This record gives sequence, structure tokens and C-alpha cells, in this order.
Amino acid sequence: MLGSLNTRVMLEYLPAIWQGFLSTLMLSAAGFAGALALGIVACALSIQPLRWLRLSATAYVDAIRATPLLAQLYFLYFGLPRLGVVLPEALIGVVALSLNSGAYVAEIIRSGILAISRGQVEAAISSGMTYLQRMRLIILPQALRPTISPLIGQAIVLVKDSSLLSLISVVELTRAGQMIAIDRFMPVEGLVATALAYLLLYYLLKLVAGAWSHQNRLPGPA
Amino acid sequence: MFWLQLNRVVGYWPVLLKGLGMTVALSVLALLIGSVIGFALGILRAGPNRTLSRAVGLYVDFFRGTPFLLQVFIVFFILPQVGIELSAFTAGVVALSNVAGCFIGEIVAAGIQSVPAGQKEAAAASGFTRAQQMRLIVLPQAVRVVTPSLVGQFVLLIKDSSVVSAIGLLDLTRSGWMIVQNVPNGLLVFGIVGLGYFVICYPLIWLSRRMERRGQAPVL
Repeated sequence: MLGSLNTRVMLEYLPAIWQGFLSTLMLSAAGFAGALALGIVACALSIQPLRWLRLSATAYVDAIRATPLLAQLYFLYFGLPRLGVVLPEALIGVVALSLNSGAYVAEIIRSGILAISRGQVEAAISSGMTYLQRMRLIILPQALRPTISPLIGQAIVLVKDSSLLSLISVVELTRAGQMIAIDRFMPVEGLVATALAYLLLYYLLKLVAGAWSHQNRLPGPA
Repeated sequence: MFWLQLNRVVGYWPVLLKGLGMTVALSVLALLIGSVIGFALGILRAGPNRTLSRAVGLYVDFFRGTPFLLQVFIVFFILPQVGIELSAFTAGVVALSNVAGCFIGEIVAAGIQSVPAGQKEAAAASGFTRAQQMRLIVLPQAVRVVTPSLVGQFVLLIKDSSVVSAIGLLDLTRSGWMIVQNVPNGLLVFGIVGLGYFVICYPLIWLSRRMERRGQAPVL
């Protein structure tokens, strides 16, 4: 099968694939930035004392985790015009990606903060540290360090999830591949080229994750 | 207006129910087949044969590194070119089982590696064959470790099954897509679709969380 791959067509469509690649990159970056912001807010809400705010953060996380991204995407795509909000498809896609990943980011950061043992805080207090010093020197460094690897993992998921935006006619990598498939009736070339581009992103992010965890190996039992 | 539309959507309950049935059927089939693939891949991945382990790693990476939507297209559009004609349902089951197998394989491999080497050495010293060591000593311990992750994986599988609607399979998401063409209220229609997924997925998420909190799988 691969022997009969028409590389000439793949090269001819390279600019289109490249455009799709850049588009996927930008959609994912925007989506991830939104997810980080939403995740931090949702996490902060879920560990503060007001009960109804805590419950609303939990409701958000659970509603997102228990439903598929595609249904969330259609919810916004078919639902927003109903509320009189007319947005370009790409923006709807970014909002859906941010809302979706934000819930997972919230869970990741939350588990990082909850993993700090009470003794650390008590030791910092008895060493005479102020609240800000404790936060800056003891709690946040320990809480955030173990979240980096899972966050990169979530970024990988988000890049792959962004392919669903092709279903609401946003032109990105998957859509670019489909165009080759349809234009030339050559599904193999289009899909293989697209798959290779995604794999490139996947290995890049994996490399970053690996380098990070290698550099920051925690002492003691992992 | 809202009640009228709600009435109309509810009038489509046979379509919604059919979609829900398709989603459940797809997910359960893919879970069963995917578990078999996953355990096979996991055992090979954690096994002593390095070449085989690397090859499995590469295969798994391909499917973990590309979007599931693309994989569905590959199964549905490329396999026919090499003479394998699949119906949309079969293509969906194949793609979903395969990706589930890849993710479960990595979980199982990690579970096997988490079993202390002394367990295997003790089994070997007691005269167990390699297959017996795996079946009687290593796997039972590994399964206990990985069960919460496997439940979490099943939730992902149910959600991923929505993607096969892209090749025209009438699952829960697709049924919503069809209804929204007639009842133009996306919030209502996909709110109901989301509720359908929530009812299936939330108990599983709850179960997986509870197991993780206990630090081990409950005796089922």
C-alpha cells in the first residue's frame, strides 16, 4: 500500500498541509491558554470556603468530564446563535477546546495542591514564615512542579482534540488532509500526510515532557 | 416556545434512544475487544523481548499521537483501497477497539512493571513456568493496580465513540445532530444529548474516583 503512495501529490499539497499545521498549532495554543486560565479559576473556586462557589466549580468539571467534546462543540455551534451570539467557527472551536481542557487542567492543579502534606505548612509556620512567604517558597513550588508533566499530557490531548473542529468546517490540519482526499480522490495521501504532521507535534511535546521530567527529577521516593 | 420545542425534541425519543443504544453497543464491544488487544500489547510491551517491545511501542505511539477522528477516516477510507470493505459500524468498532487497546496496553504495561521483581523471582524459584508466573503471580497483582485507570479509560472510550458519528453512524451525538436540523435549538437538543452521556459516564467517573481514593481496587 505504502509503495503506491503518490509522493508527487503529497508534495504538491505540502503548502496546504503546512497551512493546516500552523492553523492547528494556533488553535491549540489559543485553546490551551484559555484552558489554563479557566483551569486556574475553577481550581481556585473549588478549594475556597464558599460552598455554592465550590459546588459550581465541581458541577463544571463533572459536566465536562462526563460528556464528549463533540457534543460540547455542537452545543456551542448550534446553540450560541440561538442566544443571539454569532461567532466565527474558529472562535467557537477555541472556546469549546478551552472549556473542555479547562476542566482537566483544574483537576490537575487541584491534585497538585492537595498533595502537599499538612506538615510542610506547619513547619513553615513554625519557622516564622508569613503567608506570602509560605505560598511563594513552600506551597506553590511543590504544588506546581508535579503538575507540569500532566499539563503537557493535556496539551497533547488538546492538539488531537482540535481535529474535531474540522467537523464544524474550521480549516485546520485534518480538514487540509480531507481536502486532498476529496480534490484528488486520494484519501491515502491526504490522511497519511496529516497523520505524519500530527505525529511530529506529538513527538515534539513528548520530547519536552521527557526533558522536563529528566531535569526536574525529584529526590527521594518518586 | 421553549415548551413547544421541548415537546418536539421529546417527540424524537425513538431516534435518541436508538442513538443511545448505538453508543452503548459501540462502547461495550470496543471495551471487550480493546481489553483483549490491550492486555496482549501490554504483556508484549513489558516483556523481555526488546525488539518486540519497541515495535509495540511504535505501534501504540502512532495511535496515541494522532487524533481519533483521523484514525476513523483511515479505517473507513484507506482499508477499502487495500480490499477490506467495512460497514460504518464495523469500521467504528475496529477503530475504537484499536485505540482502546493502545491506551489499555500502556496502562497494563505500567501495571506489570509496578509489580516488584522479587515476586517474579520467587515464582521462578518455586518452579513456575514463564506463562504461569505471568498468569498466576504478576497479572493478578497488576490488575489490582490498574483497575481505577481502566475504569477511567472506559469513560474516555464512551466519549470517543461520539467521533464515529463523523462517518455517518447513528450514535447519540449523530441523533442530536439530526434532530437539531428539524428543531433549531442547539442548547436544548445537545443539552439532552449531553444528559444522556452524563447518565452513563458519571457513575463510572465516580467509581474510578472512589477506587483511586482508596488506593486500590475494591474486591468486586
